[in-house]
Amino acid sequence: MAKSKNRMGNEINAGSMADIAFLLLIFFLVTTTIASDKGILNVLPPKQDPNVPPPDIKKNERNIFNVLINANNDLLVEGEYRRKAEGLDKDFKEFIMNFGAPDEDAVALFNSFPASLQGQAQRRPDSSDHPGEAVISIKTNRGTSYAVFLEVFDLAKKAYFDVYSERVGLTADEYRALTGDDEASKALQDKGKEGIPMAISIAEPDKVGGN
Amino acid sequence: MAKFRKKKSGGGQQIDTSALPDIIFMLLFFFMVTTVLREQDVLVDQKIPQSTQLQKLQNKTLISYIFIGKPKNTSLYGTEPRVQANDVLISSPEIVQWVNQERDKLPEADRTSITISMKVDKEVKMGPISDVQTELRNADARKVLYASTKKTEID
Repeated sequence: MAKSKNRMGNEINAGSMADIAFLLLIFFLVTTTIASDKGILNVLPPKQDPNVPPPDIKKNERNIFNVLINANNDLLVEGEYRRKAEGLDKDFKEFIMNFGAPDEDAVALFNSFPASLQGQAQRRPDSSDHPGEAVISIKTNRGTSYAVFLEVFDLAKKAYFDVYSERVGLTADEYRALTGDDEASKALQDKGKEGIPMAISIAEPDKVGGN
Repeated sequence: MAKFRKKKSGGGQQIDTSALPDIIFMLLFFFMVTTVLREQDVLVDQKIPQSTQLQKLQNKTLISYIFIGKPKNTSLYGTEPRVQANDVLISSPEIVQWVNQERDKLPEADRTSITISMKVDKEVKMGPISDVQTELRNADARKVLYASTKKTEID
């Protein structure tokens, strides 16, 4: 043993080892892309029984906000031609929050809103009665590009999330990050959604411009 | 015993350990290079569209992935968008069977809440997507996640 003590001077210097390890760590941190499971959630309607005719839903035309996207990716928004989807979220939001002819429940709902949201009700007679009735309908052709469809769907979701988050006093990003796992976040989530169902209808595409 | 003692007295020389870190690092490199997080080979083009209203799913085990896009190997599979589930390209009618297989992998309590993450290429038209969705409805897997990445705001 005494002999080995004499050779201590020969031991390597491990001081830079930490630096090397950190360099490696940082390199892999930067280059690794972990597959993320982020996206836009949608719940498809249940399968239709061919023996049962589809329910005949009577809805006033003013309660439906129609967006048609054709095979050239042009938009027809409530009968008006549009080239780009930008700005649709504002229109969606105005439509949802219109309160044209609210019933009793809707009046109570309206009164529960913070003042900033109440101020957005335009009360136009040709737009939706109240958020519970309002439906956004997106219809595409088979030849419509998925990217354009997703953009419109994204904007429709944005309109709803804007309303929800404004109602509970969060930013939209914070609201969307709520997981509903614990009670506090579940309560916030439910408070935002209450009385305003996210009614985005995606119609079956018709056979134009596709296969 | 005498033999052993003799050896001990002769082994005073220590092993040179200065090369040890190099060996360890070489091992580290080897494993880092060869490890792939997902061994699934994607056979179709995947340029995921961007959007803003992204939501994250809490439970990753409930997600099954479906890839839709133009096949990478066009000479073998053609240029029309195809659907990939697991490692193979499948046709629409097989989706129901695939969903049921995926569902069987889950614990019984979770089977109803299976979520299908649709990773769809930008270039795909709505036609094939609607076919897939019809099949998913037939399979009663109605929770769908349109996989998307965060849009980088330009304004």
